[in-house]
Amino acid sequence: MSHAITAEAGAALADLWAARMQMGVSLGWHIVLACLGVGMPAITLLAEWRGHRRGDQYYRLLARRWARAMGVLFAVGAVSGTILSFEMGLLWPGMMGVYGEVIGLPFALEGIAFFIEAIFLGLYLYAWDRLPPRAHLLTGIPIVVAGVASAFFVVCANAWMQHPVGFRVDDGRVVAVRPWAAMFNAAVPSMTTHMILAAFMVAGFGIASVYAVAMLRGRRDRYHRLGLLLPLTVAAIISPVQIYVGDWAARSVAEQQPVKLAAMEGVFTTARAVPLHLGGVMIDDRLRYSLEIPYGLSLLAHWNPDAEIRGLESVPPGDRPPVNIVHWSFQIMVGLGFALLALGAWLAWYWWRHRTMPRTRWFLRATAVSGVAAVAALECGWILTEVGRQPWIVYEVLRTADAVNPAPGLVYGFVLVAAIYVVLTVASVYVMRRLARDVPVPIAPQERDVSGYKVV
Amino acid sequence: MPLPDVMLAVLWLGLTAYVLFAGADFGGGVWDLLAGGATAGQRQRDQIEHSIGPVWEANHVWLIFVIVMAWTGFPSVFAAIASTLYIPLTFAALGIIGRGAAFAFRKVSTRLWQRRLFGATFAFSSLATPFFLGTVAGAIASGRVPPGIARGDLIGSWVNPTSLVAGVLAIGTAAYLACVYLTRDAERAGHDDLAEAFRRRALGTGVVVGALSAAGLLVLRADAPGLFVALISGRALPLLLVSIIAGLASLLLLLWRAYVAVRLTAGLAVAGLLWGWGIGQYPWLLPGVSLGDAAATESVLAASLGSLAVGAFLLVPSMWWLYATFQRGRA
Ligand code: HDD
Ligand code: HEM
Ligand code: HEM
Repeated sequence: MSHAITAEAGAALADLWAARMQMGVSLGWHIVLACLGVGMPAITLLAEWRGHRRGDQYYRLLARRWARAMGVLFAVGAVSGTILSFEMGLLWPGMMGVYGEVIGLPFALEGIAFFIEAIFLGLYLYAWDRLPPRAHLLTGIPIVVAGVASAFFVVCANAWMQHPVGFRVDDGRVVAVRPWAAMFNAAVPSMTTHMILAAFMVAGFGIASVYAVAMLRGRRDRYHRLGLLLPLTVAAIISPVQIYVGDWAARSVAEQQPVKLAAMEGVFTTARAVPLHLGGVMIDDRLRYSLEIPYGLSLLAHWNPDAEIRGLESVPPGDRPPVNIVHWSFQIMVGLGFALLALGAWLAWYWWRHRTMPRTRWFLRATAVSGVAAVAALECGWILTEVGRQPWIVYEVLRTADAVNPAPGLVYGFVLVAAIYVVLTVASVYVMRRLARDVPVPIAPQERDVSGYKVV
Repeated sequence: MPLPDVMLAVLWLGLTAYVLFAGADFGGGVWDLLAGGATAGQRQRDQIEHSIGPVWEANHVWLIFVIVMAWTGFPSVFAAIASTLYIPLTFAALGIIGRGAAFAFRKVSTRLWQRRLFGATFAFSSLATPFFLGTVAGAIASGRVPPGIARGDLIGSWVNPTSLVAGVLAIGTAAYLACVYLTRDAERAGHDDLAEAFRRRALGTGVVVGALSAAGLLVLRADAPGLFVALISGRALPLLLVSIIAGLASLLLLLWRAYVAVRLTAGLAVAGLLWGWGIGQYPWLLPGVSLGDAAATESVLAASLGSLAVGAFLLVPSMWWLYATFQRGRA
């Protein structure tokens, strides 16, 4: 009898693990596409606008290429996002059944933004030959606005899970919901800003790296140079701002989720004048092999060398997030943030001195990996945010284990979804690589929808 | 009208839009599957791709809208449905991925084997997705989703007569709407022979779907007597009649080649069925759970509905522009 019960509990634990992994995989996938969906339209419009203003055919060609890629990326982004809205209910009915209404408002607003985005994307991509250039340019603007808005709204929902306010629970039912207060909670300002800037960095560095690879392979004409410079400039301008905003994010975490901050920094005992730890691993409740910068953490988190930092010991062991994952995600994100800043500074310095981009292959190599680095920073940031919130799904209100769907068999669902995502990844990468290798002007016969418009 | 009723009506409107617009996009995929060999079916596939291309993403958003409105307006009902029916919903979600991604991939592929592979994925998932969504509808309609989290039968809730009929009916409706819309699209593009082909199929599928709906009623009688009674004698009867009359009128209009008018009647036939179900089941959302029991707090309903009303000022003209742009002939 007791054996049967443990076996059942084991299966339930496996299902909980599977649900978390499935959520993590699908979100981690969607977020990359979402960032391109937020950032690419703006960069593409910038190219189209310059092409239109200066009559520069290379900019116009670039805009066409990027629009073509956007057609594919948006489709994949939309379907990967749809799976997420299913999963909110399939995997976490315990949260959605009670708190769905509390975070409903930002999602409803996001729905409006999605409509706008999809409608104008249809117009932008398919009416290239039916609208005069200026009108066509204008159809792109709602895409940019709606993309940024949808990132804002969905992160508001996530911010509420980090800092839940605007409701009362009475007898298992939420009452007295204040939807606007829930939506505009205190975690929103720094998180949404940080996310939107991250989206532009991912898109900017990401596009630039494609052209850096092409230039490394010897294609160094003006088309490729502009394809590298325009997005890289956008990303380079944003990088320093992002680091400032990251610091702001860290300070709001210090205030709102002290346990997460303790995990980020590997602080076990509550103390004053806490140093900043670089590197290191948490073994048996102690951070080992790390480099310490005296007073660093107290200073960064509270602008005061003597400020108190709450340690992990302040909550029972069952309420602590896994430290190493959170600590290392944070370290990697910050490290990559500074590396990307350096790349942008290199470009800026060289441009200021020579009015051209750096000639060395090392610059191209660095740019070529910058896209991957930006994505890695993004993923680390989210892993830090989401794993650092554990064991809570709604911080200090609802435990993840109490929110999961108790139905058996979630493991199989996860295996299936993971397999589909592998296939989807392979297919997307393959198709995007093929698109990148195409000759600049689309000439494939089935492309008449887009190719009717003469670019050159 | 009290806010919960408004919310439910808005949700149902969204569902109707999803079925009428996105349903047809899935139907396009079904015809893509049946278009024949790579060269023989080329022109039909081109026409389908051309019609779906600019609008499918916007049409697809209606589904997101319905899901989000469900968890905002009726959170416990949403949780009950999603947790009990997680298997067909997972399959539907995967089908949505396959359909959307493969369609976009095929569009930019040039080699034959790639176009075949992506095309087959697109077409197959266009068949599977409406089927699984239909089984979900059947599960709810036949009262097989109890309140609470994962309280229903994980298999039996969606593998049962009502669900299976609803699944097949969903495919049939999608295919029917698609060829009704495609006749006009093909005619406008000047492909009269294609229009003829789609018209023949529309007639055939129309008859099949009509017969299926009748069979569905018989299944309901055995499987979900409550809903059946409401449909044939209660408040829902007028809507059922509208659906039947509009369905018959569509067949006539197709015979007369009135391709624009038939769009309206075909849509009405489908919408009548959908609203008949809704009204027939009202006010019960799940067994023992009425609208009043499940609705979210007033403040939430007011905020979301208010935002939607404001949003509609942006959406309606934009949507109109989108459809108008691509429904106008190519100058
Ligand atoms: C290109 C991407 C990128 C870069 C370069 C950085 N971040 Fe970041 N970070 C993200 C992308 C990101 C994100 C978009 O993934 C997250 C997840 C949740 C969020 O709002 O932004 C995030 C979260 C996040 C959090 C957790 C917020 C929370 O849990 O509420 C902190 C404390 C920081 N970041 C701090 C930084 C610092 C100090 C950086 C300086 C170098 C930095 N980030 C660079
Ligand atoms: C605004 C958007 C987001 C929402 C609403 C959201 C919501 C959720 C939910 C409901 C869970 C499951 C419960 C839990 O484990 O606590 C979860 C877990 C997770 N999410 Fe997010 N998430 C968002 C963004 C992201 C992004 C962009 C990533 C990218 C990597 C991400 C990564 C993860 C991971 C790794 C987990 C598993 C954490 C664990 O269980 O240890 N999330 N998220
Ligand atoms: C931080 C996390 C997220 C960001 C920044 C984000 C942003 C975006 C953006 C910009 C798009 C449209 C662009 C594109 O399709 O590529 C999109 C699509 C979508 N997202 Fe996300 N999203 C996030 C997480 C989520 C979550 C947690 C959900 C659901 C619960 C979700 C649901 C969707 C859906 C349904 C779509 C498709 C909309 C359409 O059909 O156009 N997203 N997302």
